[in-house]
Amino acid sequence: MIGLAILIPVALGLGLAGLAAFFWAIRSRQFDDLDGAALRILIEHDGPRPPDDDGVDINASR
Amino acid sequence: MTAASTTSVFAVEGLRCAGCIATLENGLAKVPGIGAARVNFTTRRVSIAHDAAVGDDTLQSAIQRLGFVAEPFVGEATNPADAETRRLLKALGVAGFAAMNIMLLSVSIWSGADGATRLMFHWLSAMIALPAVAYAGRPFFTSAWAALRHGRTNMDVPISIGVVLTCAVSVFETVTGGAHAYFDGATMLLFFLLAGRFLDSAMRARAGDSVAALLRQTAPGGHVVGIGGATTWRAAAELAPGMRLIVAAGERFAADGTIELGTSSIDRALLTGESEPVRAGVGDAVLAGTINLDAPLTIRVTAAESDSVIAEIARLMATATQAKSRYVRIADRASRLYAPAVHSLAALSFIGWMIAGAGWHESLLIAVAVLIITCPCALGLAVPIAQVVASGALMRAGVLIKDGSALERLAGADVVLFDKTGTLTLGRPVPAGALPLDVAEKAAALALAQASRHPLARALAAALKLEGVAVASAHRLIETSGAGVEGEIDSARARLGRPGWLGGAASGETLVTAFQLGDGPVRLLRFHDSVRTDARATLDRLHSLGLPASIVSGDRAAAVDAVAHALGTSARSELDPGGKLALIDGLQRDGHRVLMVGDGLNDGPALKAAYVSIAPSSASDVGKTAADVVFLGDRLMPVALAVAAARRTMAVVRQNFALAIGYNVLAVPVAIAGQVTPLVAGVAMSGSSLIVMANALRLRNAAR
Repeated sequence: MIGLAILIPVALGLGLAGLAAFFWAIRSRQFDDLDGAALRILIEHDGPRPPDDDGVDINASR
Repeated sequence: MTAASTTSVFAVEGLRCAGCIATLENGLAKVPGIGAARVNFTTRRVSIAHDAAVGDDTLQSAIQRLGFVAEPFVGEATNPADAETRRLLKALGVAGFAAMNIMLLSVSIWSGADGATRLMFHWLSAMIALPAVAYAGRPFFTSAWAALRHGRTNMDVPISIGVVLTCAVSVFETVTGGAHAYFDGATMLLFFLLAGRFLDSAMRARAGDSVAALLRQTAPGGHVVGIGGATTWRAAAELAPGMRLIVAAGERFAADGTIELGTSSIDRALLTGESEPVRAGVGDAVLAGTINLDAPLTIRVTAAESDSVIAEIARLMATATQAKSRYVRIADRASRLYAPAVHSLAALSFIGWMIAGAGWHESLLIAVAVLIITCPCALGLAVPIAQVVASGALMRAGVLIKDGSALERLAGADVVLFDKTGTLTLGRPVPAGALPLDVAEKAAALALAQASRHPLARALAAALKLEGVAVASAHRLIETSGAGVEGEIDSARARLGRPGWLGGAASGETLVTAFQLGDGPVRLLRFHDSVRTDARATLDRLHSLGLPASIVSGDRAAAVDAVAHALGTSARSELDPGGKLALIDGLQRDGHRVLMVGDGLNDGPALKAAYVSIAPSSASDVGKTAADVVFLGDRLMPVALAVAAARRTMAVVRQNFALAIGYNVLAVPVAIAGQVTPLVAGVAMSGSSLIVMANALRLRNAAR
């Protein structure tokens, strides 16, 4: 029972962390262009990264 | 970034690889006036942040220089449909999280945990499930509540009742220390249903309001000549019949009128879809929304804004939506039968077991098991998953489907009507054969052609740029209205314009222009609006699919009959927008389901009224927003592909329904017999959903 008392909160905590990461990913528009994301890793970025869809510059501090 | 920046969205054709994304984004970023460009590969769109001063034309040609064909995308860059999709995705994430964690606990219970451990796991499950259901179930609860309040029922009513009842009974079981809690079933149910909703929402169109787009086409106002010749600018709504307007070259007419002074050519493409400008002189009628190309004109207003032809078309479009609004989507039709069946089944099981003397507690548990088992997981996925897979396949083939119901209606069409100009033909003049010019002449011709807004000059410039001709430097460029352009190139006089103006024989042909460099020979440049290369093959394929094709055009009978003859089909010509609309209404009253393929503003009402409609991406904004499907490129075959793919999709949808119903036929007796444990419910639910998904994936190559 001691094991359960530790392991169940750990399991739930990890699950919640995953859920939080998922929400963050939605909010930062990472699901808007799935096919494009798969291709973009092949692009070599010479200069600064282009701004995202909002026209907000990712490189600028928020 | 400057304050006066704005974002424009273009649908881009020819995006195929990572290199294309990089070329487009980096190339556009280098263009003066463009802040940044971002490609969305999934939707084949690029959104460009640019100075408000940079027009769509400039952006479009900038994209073209990078080797892509682009059309302005009508609609908002960010829109409510996106927000809806994102909400569903969040709910899906929560439901998935809850289902997985509860399943973790449930597996221990199924494998033998009992006593205090089982009780604790049930409590834990309840703690995860209740907030998760409250959050993830909202899309269903709100829709069910809205339906009930209006005295109707929809698919969400049995879902909501099922989920709420399941949770309530499970909480009761947990409190009283019972053996079976169905929290896993309730959350898994929500997960699968939300997956279906998400897919359906993800493919919904983001098109703007077509009527609003139509009225944006007209000029906002015009310069009214007052007493004593002074001009004042008046908004279009303030214009009244009898006023005199001065319209500069390149300006749109703000009202219908007759010409009082001046001669010019008028681009009526917006209204008629015809690429060829029309010569107009004193006494001729002009229409609001058309463009004055060559010279300033003074017109007397004959009809104010609300009475203009364009406003009339807007009114026709607003009323021509009945065929579509009457259409009931196949999933909704299924749910109309489904909801009462499920509820009576569950109620009957409850009553049956009560009569058999099982006690209300056991009877209620069995009734809930029936509700869970019959809950439409597979049914909810059956339609959207097939439509999403098919529309993905079509998108790769250059066909953009605006929403799922478009695929359903496309599959049901049984007769197809084509507009001619811009649909069967490319809608823009292209050189007929090779240009009879040498290298120096080409460079000079490009310099002159670029200086003019005349459609033939623009067509010539586009053709020469495509050949990679370097432009010569020209001086003293003068455009003479109704004649042509002349200029000095290397101290030689160069002229481009009407053959008669250059001293050539003025033939009866209209799509012809002449060019002369220095004392060289006068070269006649012929253009035509060519029929799309695969038009014949497309019509044949449509015919083999059981869709007889016919042409409906606003163009002159001679021009239409020539195309109809070449394509071996029948034609109706010289139809105005109302005429096309009446033709379609007549066909639909006879029980036909009309597929309308058209592009111009004059096709707008017809596109709206038809059972289903398709427009090329080069269509007017109105055409694109009124149509259900838009295809990219110069080929016509996507029209036939879309019909074929839609039919295949509906075949798979029907198979999916059969699978889902077959599953219910097998599982429901087990549930009514009282043999369904949470384990059986979980296996049955996910099993049937997976089978439906696997079946839908067969559509990945549907667009062939």
